[in-house]
Amino acid sequence: MSVMSAAERAHEREEAETREQKALGFWLYLMGDAVIFALLFATYVIMVNNTAGGPAGKDLFDLSNAALETMLLLISSTTFGMASLASKAGNRSAVLAWLLVTFVLGAGFVCLEIREFAGMIAVGAGPDRSGFLSAFFTLVGTHGVHVSVGLTWILIMSGQVLFKGLTLPVTSRLFRLGLFWHFLDIAWVGIFSIVYLPGLL
Amino acid sequence: MEHPTSEHGLRTYLIGFALAVILSVIPFWLVASHVLPPGRTMLVIGIAAILQILVHLRFFLHLNLTSTPKENLLAIVFTAVLIFIMVGGSFWIMFDLHQRMAV
Repeated sequence: MSVMSAAERAHEREEAETREQKALGFWLYLMGDAVIFALLFATYVIMVNNTAGGPAGKDLFDLSNAALETMLLLISSTTFGMASLASKAGNRSAVLAWLLVTFVLGAGFVCLEIREFAGMIAVGAGPDRSGFLSAFFTLVGTHGVHVSVGLTWILIMSGQVLFKGLTLPVTSRLFRLGLFWHFLDIAWVGIFSIVYLPGLL
Repeated sequence: MEHPTSEHGLRTYLIGFALAVILSVIPFWLVASHVLPPGRTMLVIGIAAILQILVHLRFFLHLNLTSTPKENLLAIVFTAVLIFIMVGGSFWIMFDLHQRMAV
C-alpha cells in the first residue's frame, strides 16, 4: 500500500467520492431482489396446497436440518460483520480470516441445501412432481443460487484483499458484499418462517 | 451509508446476533414442541419473523432514521409499497378465485 503512484492515488480519491453512489446503486439492486423474493414467496403461499396427490411439506421437511441451516447462515452473517470491523480497523489478516470463516459457514449451508434437494429428488419429490414442489424449488433454489454467488464473491474479495490489500476500492467492494450477505440472511428468515415452520406445523 | 465510527462496533453485531438467535429459537421450539395450538404458533412465527427482519436491518445493515441517507430509506419504503401491492393483489385475486372454484 505504501508504494502507490499518483495515478493510483487519484483513482482512490475518485473511488471515495463515488463510494456512496455505488452503495446507493447496490442498495437499489437489493430492493429489486427483495421484490423478486417477495413474489416467489407469494407464489409459494398460493401453491402450497397444490400437491397433486404427492408429498406435502410435513412429509419432506426436516426441522433440525432447517434449524442447522438457519444457525449456519446467522453465524456467517455475524462473522461477516467481524470482517467488516476488521476492514475498518485496517487489519488485513483478520479480514482474510473472518472471510474464510464466513465462506466455510456459507459453504456448509449450501451443502446442507444440496443434500436436502438431492434427498427430495431421490424419493420422487423433485420440482416436476407438483405445483407445490415447483414453487418450493424455485423459491429455495433462488436463495441457494444467491448464496452460491455470494460465496464466489467472498472468494474473489479474499483474493483482492490478499493481493491488493485494503485499498479504498477493495473496502468499498467488501462493504457492498456485506450488504448482499446480510440481505441473504433476511431472505432466509422469510424462508424458514413461510416454508419450513408452517410446513411442519 | 455507513460511517466508520465506533457506533457500529462489535457490540452492535453481538446484540444483533443474540436477538436474532432468540427470535429464531422461539418459533423453531414452538413448532418442535407443539405447546401452542397451530393458529397461535403461526401468529408467533409471523411476529418473530418481522421482528427478526427489523433486527437484521438495524444491527447488521445498520439502517436507522438519522444516519442512513434519505434516498436509501425512500427506496426501502417504495419497495415495501410495491411488495404490498403486488403480493397483496396476488393473494386477493388467487384466493378469491380459489373460493369461487371450490364452492
